[in-house]
Amino acid sequence: MKGLKYILAGILFGIVMSKSEAISWYRIQEMFRFQAFHMYGIIGTAVVLGALATYIIKKYNLRDYQGNQIVFTPKEKSVSRYLFGGTIFGLGWALTGACPGPMFVNIGHAYWAILIAVAGAIGGTFFYGVIRDKLPH
Amino acid sequence: MIEFLSQPWPWYTSGTLIALVMVLLLFFGKSFGFSSNLRVICSACGAGKHVKFFDFNWRSQVWNLLFLVGAVLGGVISSQFLAGDAPVAISQETIRDLSALGFSAPDDLQPEEIFSMEALFSVKGFLLLLVGGFMIGFGSRYAGGCTSGHAISGLSNLQLPSLIAVIGFFIGGLITTYFLLPLIF
Repeated sequence: MKGLKYILAGILFGIVMSKSEAISWYRIQEMFRFQAFHMYGIIGTAVVLGALATYIIKKYNLRDYQGNQIVFTPKEKSVSRYLFGGTIFGLGWALTGACPGPMFVNIGHAYWAILIAVAGAIGGTFFYGVIRDKLPH
Repeated sequence: MIEFLSQPWPWYTSGTLIALVMVLLLFFGKSFGFSSNLRVICSACGAGKHVKFFDFNWRSQVWNLLFLVGAVLGGVISSQFLAGDAPVAISQETIRDLSALGFSAPDDLQPEEIFSMEALFSVKGFLLLLVGGFMIGFGSRYAGGCTSGHAISGLSNLQLPSLIAVIGFFIGGLITTYFLLPLIF
């Protein structure tokens, strides 16, 4: 079962997001009000260790489990798409208290109302695909 | 052991494990980016017949859908076997600020004022989740990634575009927190 490892990685992700309370609307509000270090600690630790891991992988040209070189694709240069897109994303993030990953973890907690946000997110993605060429990138 | 795991995990444990998830996916030959799944779902539903953006080989991205399924299962396992009794321990200031908007103190992971069935079947509650979700889907694709793709993977790879996107996340989040929520509640 080749796909099992992705499911297991997803389970680990789901448990971590749950047990760190990062899937909680309250925690996202606390973050945007700068009233606790918790969320900054989570993201900060992940980025510091992630940067270290990325550096090591690049420096030693490490390969994946199939023996292919691990490559990092640089993001294309632009300001507008990241700033506008990011701002629109943030507006929604603080409303629902869940970014895309946590949305799905919340389904596992039987917070069924989040399914409306998931439907909205799929709709929003589709709408982006439709009007993409008319947007500044 | 279960009792130990059932307590909320400290930020350094969680941050370390998130980095581990990212590294695991790299060693699987993939990259950590959750919102791509939303595009994959559109494509799998046949959106590629009408819109070019969704006309790609979505089957090559099935691994990410499996990761999504795992994330849901991780939520199930957490709520069924690892749930603690304590409500989310947010700061007193946050509780006070939110109570000024009409939110009661947490007694669960999510506020009843948004996630209960009564809230869902009110026009305000329904639209909040639908429009919020819509902006998340639209914004993450426009920005080319969400918290995982930009804030974790992108910043770890020292990508300036990801930093701009994260600044955007905060501009939007602060507008909602300080202007939209007081208008809505």
